[in-house]
Amino acid sequence: MADPMPMTDSPITTVAPGWAIAALGILGALAVTAAMLDGALAARAGGGPGGKMGGPVRPFGEAARLMRQRRRTTVEADRLLWRIGGAGLLVVAALMVTVVPLGEWTIFDLDVGVMWFNAMDVMVWALVWLTGWGANSAHSLVGGYRFLAHGLGYELPLMFALVAPAIAAETLNVGAVAAAQEGLWFAVWMPVAFLVYLLGVAAFSVWGPFAPAIGTDVSGGARAELSGVDRLVFEAGRYALLAAGAAFAVPMFLGGGAGPLLPGWAWVLVKTVALLAVLVWLRRRLPAFRPDKFMEVGWMLLLPAVLLQDLVVAVIAVWRS
Amino acid sequence: MLSDIAFWGIGLVAVLGGAAVFYVDSMARATYALALSFVAVGLQVLFLQQNYVGVVTILMMVMEMAIMAVYMVMFMGMNPALMPMSMVHSNKTAIAVAVTTFLALATGILMVDWPTRRGSPPPDVTMALGESLMGPKMLVMAVISPVMVATIVAGVVLAAHRTRYDRFGDDLKQRPADDPQPGGVGR
Repeated sequence: MADPMPMTDSPITTVAPGWAIAALGILGALAVTAAMLDGALAARAGGGPGGKMGGPVRPFGEAARLMRQRRRTTVEADRLLWRIGGAGLLVVAALMVTVVPLGEWTIFDLDVGVMWFNAMDVMVWALVWLTGWGANSAHSLVGGYRFLAHGLGYELPLMFALVAPAIAAETLNVGAVAAAQEGLWFAVWMPVAFLVYLLGVAAFSVWGPFAPAIGTDVSGGARAELSGVDRLVFEAGRYALLAAGAAFAVPMFLGGGAGPLLPGWAWVLVKTVALLAVLVWLRRRLPAFRPDKFMEVGWMLLLPAVLLQDLVVAVIAVWRS
Repeated sequence: MLSDIAFWGIGLVAVLGGAAVFYVDSMARATYALALSFVAVGLQVLFLQQNYVGVVTILMMVMEMAIMAVYMVMFMGMNPALMPMSMVHSNKTAIAVAVTTFLALATGILMVDWPTRRGSPPPDVTMALGESLMGPKMLVMAVISPVMVATIVAGVVLAAHRTRYDRFGDDLKQRPADDPQPGGVGR
C-alpha cells in the first residue's frame, strides 16, 4: 500500500512531526493572549462576568479557580458524549493550525488544506451540540440547538468565502494560496469573502454575536452544566478556535508571511495577533444574532453576497489566465 | 507496513462504529457512532490517495449527523429521540435478510474470477476519478442536478401544510408575511 497523502510541490517546507509540539505552544500562547486581552477589555467595560477579577490577569485567576472547583454531576448524563464535546474544541483548533504555514514551514502540507480546515470547523457543530446534549439538562440542550441554528446560517457563507481565495490561487494548498498573493492581498480585492470569513470564525468559536448558544439568558446554554476542568477546557477551546481562525486568515487573505524587514514567520505571528485582537475587541461591539432569525440573514444576505464575490473572483481569474 | 496496520485499524473502527449504531440505546450515540464510522472511512480514503474525496467525506458526514440532531427533535413526535430507545426493529426479518445478503455476496466474491490489474494508477487519481465519473457523462450529470433540486423543492412544497395564502393573506397583499417563525430580514 502506498503512503497516504502524497504532498504536492509547494513553496513551503514540511518540518519534522515533533515540531507539532511547538505549533501547539504557539496556539496556546495565542489563546492566552486573546483571553488576557478579553480580560483587559472586560475590566475597561466595568467588570465582566468574573466580577471583581478584571484585567489582563483574569484568565489566570479564572483557570486557578476552575482547577480547584469540584466537578458538577447531573442525573443520567451521557458522560462519554459530554466529555467528547467539551474537550473536542481544543483538539479541532490544534488540527486546524497543522495546515497553516508559519512563514516557510508547515507541519502538514496537505494538497487540500483549505478543505481540511473547512472539515475541522464543521466538527464544531457536532462538538457544541454534544456538549449541550451530554449534560441531560434543558438549558444546556437549548444552547446546543441554538448553535446548530446559527450553524445552518453561517456555514454555507463561510464555505463560499473560503472558495474565493482558492479560485484566485487555483489551488487548495494553503501555502500555495499564500504564495499566490504577491503584491496584492486577497483581503484587499475580495473584501466580502474576508468579512464573511471573519464572521464565520466568530461563529465557530461561539464568540461575540454568536454567543447566544452559551448565553446568560439560558444560564450558560451549552456550557450550563460544565464545571471545573471541563469548563476550563471548553473555554480554552473557544479561545484556541478564535486563534486558529485568525491564523488561517493570514495565508488565505493577508498574504501569509509577506512583509518588509521582518522574516516570514514573524509577519505571520504579527498578522495573526492583530486579527485576533480585532476579533476579541468585536465581542463587545456587535449585538447578538438571534438564533431563530439568523438563518434568513445568512441565506438571504450573506450567501448571495459571497456568491457574487466568488463570481467576480472567478471572472478576474479567467481574464488573467 | 505501518500504513498497512493503520489502514486495517481504521477499517476496524469503521466497521465497529457502524455496528455500534444498532447496539446503543440513544439516538445521539447512534448518530455519532455513524459519524465516527464515516470519519474512519474518510481517513481510509486518504490512504487511497484521494485526499479531496476523503476530506470531503469527513466534512459532509459530520455536518449531516449534526443536521440529523435537528431532525431528531423536528420530526419525531413526542421527542422519543431525547429518551433511551432501541435502535432496531423487525429483528428476525432483518437478521434473515442480512445473513442471506452476506452469504450471497461472499459466495460471489469466492466464485468469481478476479481480473488481473491492467495498467497502473495515474499520477493524480482524484482527477482520473473525476474524469471517469463526469467526463463522458457530463450531460447526464448536468440534467440530473436540476431535476434533483426540483424534486426536493416540490417535495417540501407538497409536505408543508402552510401555503402562500396563509403567509400573505387571501389577496396575497399582507406584508410582512404572517409566519409562525419570523425571519431575520423582515420579508
